[in-house]
Amino acid sequence: MSPLLSVRGVEKSFTMHLRGSVRLPVVANVSFHVAGGECVVLGGASGVGKSSILRMIYGNYAVDAGAILLTDPESGQTTDLAGADPRTVIDLRKTRIGYVSQFLRAIPRVPAIDVVAEPLLSRGVGPADARERARELLARLNLPEALFELPPATFSGGEKQRVNIARGFITDHPILLLDEPTASLDAENRDVVCDMIEAKMAAGTAILGIFHDDAVRARIATRIVDVSAFSARRAA
Amino acid sequence: MTTPLLTVRGLTKRYGARIGCEAVSFDVYPGEVLAVVGESGSGKTTLLNCISARLDATSGSVAYTFRDGAVRDLADLSEAERRFLMRTDWGFVHQQASDGLRMRVSAGANVGERLMAVGERHYGNIRDTALDWLDRVEIQADRIDDRPVAFSGGMRQRLQIARNLVTRPRLVFMDEPTGGLDVSVQARLLDLIRTLVSEMGLSVVIVTHDLAVARLLSQRMIVMKDGRVIEEGLTDRILDDPHHAYTQLLVASIPEV
Repeated sequence: MSPLLSVRGVEKSFTMHLRGSVRLPVVANVSFHVAGGECVVLGGASGVGKSSILRMIYGNYAVDAGAILLTDPESGQTTDLAGADPRTVIDLRKTRIGYVSQFLRAIPRVPAIDVVAEPLLSRGVGPADARERARELLARLNLPEALFELPPATFSGGEKQRVNIARGFITDHPILLLDEPTASLDAENRDVVCDMIEAKMAAGTAILGIFHDDAVRARIATRIVDVSAFSARRAA
Repeated sequence: MTTPLLTVRGLTKRYGARIGCEAVSFDVYPGEVLAVVGESGSGKTTLLNCISARLDATSGSVAYTFRDGAVRDLADLSEAERRFLMRTDWGFVHQQASDGLRMRVSAGANVGERLMAVGERHYGNIRDTALDWLDRVEIQADRIDDRPVAFSGGMRQRLQIARNLVTRPRLVFMDEPTGGLDVSVQARLLDLIRTLVSEMGLSVVIVTHDLAVARLLSQRMIVMKDGRVIEEGLTDRILDDPHHAYTQLLVASIPEV
């Protein structure tokens, strides 16, 4: 099967203008691909650039060099996200790339269920259907029903994380990026998330993730890409 | 490819030798929120006033796509046409609610006035629509006959939003709409703006020095310094991976956005 995501020669550094314009290299020559139905796990120690790679693929970080090619599973058409203008990136996020960040960015006053339903609404699903789907996902992740209508700002770390996961899994994006989604979960909920990841893989989603938990990795990873091979910090 | 609603090219405004804004170019597309950020004196408000036909530019162009698809330069519109745009297709939310409201007439009349400007004459309809809009901006129905002078800052700002949105504009300009409000009042207002913008599919150009407001409301962002655009792009990318020294300073100057 042809890859839905292909990363080629990607390079990233930060220039800190407030610190005498010091240049902090992060990664260089990042090249790998992810096919539909695969779960590729980014490996390597903390600070090696794993999250930065996910952020570049989501368009949240700019890319200094290289290409991030996304292939439309239906038309076969390929788009390079690395050089895409903002509106194209917004469109790709809506239609192609889902992302579960490490931490939920809570919006004041918005209840958990609406945080989860929002990606469906922006894709044109009706409010009642979107909320019903959100309710199912939150229930599956064992979030107490009493919390559904409350804004997540005051939730515990594990509760926020489950809201974040539900929000990322509610759509059927062909590519799903996961940044340590199981980090603050107990064993039972970790298993639920693994089940959900396996269901996405079975449906043909290309998954790229960061998981520090060995048990999770052993269960879901189809391949591990060692990011320390691309790390520019060591060389710098 | 969608046509932009507003196309700004090489917009420059000078006050004598002093630069208000210089060589600013950008597009605003239907349904998108564009934030213009920068500190006081960076030219944000001058830019907003020029693109909303409230101030004549020294050079450059601002083109607007009308409902019938016609694209026209603001400079070519007659005064009557401009005024019509401002009362119907456009909204303008001021930082000071008293600049955008008529403080000595009732809340209901403030909302109804814009409806009358687009030809509504039936008193019952106007009152019903005003009541509906007060409800949407969370102002109790029994306040409809009160004047905004009797309202709190947050309520005045919500009333100003109702007054602007009642004609279902396509493009709304906002100048620091949450400036000077308490954080809790600000959160409520932001939530309201966010909800209305997405429900109505509005295009918004919002000027703010508050990066958290920009993060919450906008998809794209322009950073201004000394009248020029120094960085532009996706809002979250500019905030999480700022490239220009000044943008890095702005982002580093707040506790967390």
